[in-house]
Amino acid sequence: MTIEVDVAHRLGAFALEVRFTSEGRLTAFFGQSGSGKTSLVNVIGGLIRPDRGRISVDGTTLVDTASGIFVPTHRRRVGYVFQEGRLFPHLTVRQNLMFGRWFRPPQERNVQLETVLDLLGIGHLLARRPGALSGGEKQRVAIGRALLASPRLLLMDEPLAALDDERKAEILPFIERLRDEANVPIVYVSHSLAEVSRLANSIVVLRNGRVAAVGNPAEVLSRAELVPQDAVEEAGAVIEAQISQHDAQFGLTTLQSKAGLLRSPYLDLPIGTIVRVRIRARDVMIANAPPVGLSALNVLPGKVIELRKRGETVVEVYIDCNGVRLGARLTRKSVETLGLTSELPVYAVLKSVALDKSTLGKSPLSANRGADLGVQLQDEGTEREDRRRGLTSQ
Amino acid sequence: MDGLLNLSPEEWTAVRLSVRVATVAMLTSLPIGIGVAYLLARYKFPGKSLVDGIVLLPLILPPVVTGYLLLLTFGRRGVIGSFLAEQFGIVFSFRWTGAALACAVMGFPLMVRAIRLSIEAVDRRLEEAAGTLGANPFWVFVFVTFPLIAPGIIAGMILCFAKAMGEFGATITFVSNIPGETQTLPSAIYTFTQVPGGEAGALRLTLVSILISMAALMVSELMARWVGRKIWTA
Repeated sequence: MTIEVDVAHRLGAFALEVRFTSEGRLTAFFGQSGSGKTSLVNVIGGLIRPDRGRISVDGTTLVDTASGIFVPTHRRRVGYVFQEGRLFPHLTVRQNLMFGRWFRPPQERNVQLETVLDLLGIGHLLARRPGALSGGEKQRVAIGRALLASPRLLLMDEPLAALDDERKAEILPFIERLRDEANVPIVYVSHSLAEVSRLANSIVVLRNGRVAAVGNPAEVLSRAELVPQDAVEEAGAVIEAQISQHDAQFGLTTLQSKAGLLRSPYLDLPIGTIVRVRIRARDVMIANAPPVGLSALNVLPGKVIELRKRGETVVEVYIDCNGVRLGARLTRKSVETLGLTSELPVYAVLKSVALDKSTLGKSPLSANRGADLGVQLQDEGTEREDRRRGLTSQ
Repeated sequence: MDGLLNLSPEEWTAVRLSVRVATVAMLTSLPIGIGVAYLLARYKFPGKSLVDGIVLLPLILPPVVTGYLLLLTFGRRGVIGSFLAEQFGIVFSFRWTGAALACAVMGFPLMVRAIRLSIEAVDRRLEEAAGTLGANPFWVFVFVTFPLIAPGIIAGMILCFAKAMGEFGATITFVSNIPGETQTLPSAIYTFTQVPGGEAGALRLTLVSILISMAALMVSELMARWVGRKIWTA
């Protein structure tokens, strides 16, 4: 699952000049609006013909201006989920879903309708028309429609941007399942740090039409200077952790991470599942001694590695907790009061309730099972059932 | 009332001829109308405003002028007329086919205008979406564009048909007023008003005109509503 892009294109005063290689199931294009994310996706999808460059997906060349190759959109086999859904208003949900499948020769149809209906929970909508769907339902149908065209690459351009928080929370798990269970690499465009940190295997940060950084979420998102200005409040470390214990009495889940033990509100996932935790820098407190008489449940020992001033008031303090780089946003006053300097041993303190739906999700690392989607879904269902029983009998 | 609608064989001939001429004019200009409307709505090309003007011209010119121009070009000795007559044996002048041609030319601007507006109203992003799903431009038109502009096409057809039913000036100039060949309803009514004692006949044909127009309008209304329901509601 390799995506190679090296293109240049001019759109009026805006110049897109992008070069990167990405492997992994979900590549996120991350950046502020106007950074060129959508243009780049349109170039990959064939909706924009670049002035110069080369694009290949898994070794198949889609564009190579040097040798005059330009595969037209309808022959690219890229599923495209648009921000506004773009369902066909004159067709039913079923007809919308089957639209792309119709154009696929039978031997290339590798996705079944039942599988998609199950995956996205849209089986009850088949007879309706798009006009009668809610925003979240429309977007799920749009995802299903793209999947059923049996794409070799799925492009998702801000698929959640038009939805309210509740609808976002409704669809995010479906996209996680897509990433983990469907065998299609995904390019996911977003300006939302919450979405990107939760979903991405690899991140391409775009700024003014150029690549500012490429890397995995832990590397990229812990560097505040790479995060778009409007998302700085959400920035923080992204770490993987494994569920080691459920505490039914208090409704807590214990997570084992490289940085130490973390306790989060109860997660409805089996023990052993790897989750991804985003620890927002603004949620982290620093103590220079082991804290006593404190309500926060998570205390991670570490040492200061870097201090970075942000304006007059705020200092970003970076701490190494057993090799994991955590960020904390503190006031300059606190930093001076505590006398924080490089190499100083400290304790990072984090409230459990700071780990919530918007900062916690299933990790892409948890997806290592085979390809047959239907069976997997059933597996997961029974596991979940078992867990519930186990929990109530404790 | 009974007496009023009791048409003579000649009058029936005029009614049948009118319906035939209008239907043929509408159906033959439909594919060209869709093509021209698509061209004008979607493409920029040198001389576009000239094409636009020529299409609209019959709407603005006095019908008699249009008829005379048709006579000059499609008549026996006209440039195109003589060519068609020699090469394919197709003759327009003083035939019902000529009446249909005159009606088609007169109805064409109305048809193109209605269809063009509906094409311009289509959300092109839907066509892009269809492309990403594997549909080539032809199938995009068949499955997405065409259904979305169907109401506009119906409106264009009915406008063209109505115009053709009422066409008088261009027809009478181009193909004259020959009973059984080129005498459509308006020409027949005109003839009745020119002879003494023709008032009853004129009135009968007037009533028939009203009936046909109303029926056409209702059929188009029903079709548009049916298509609209299919497209826009749950």
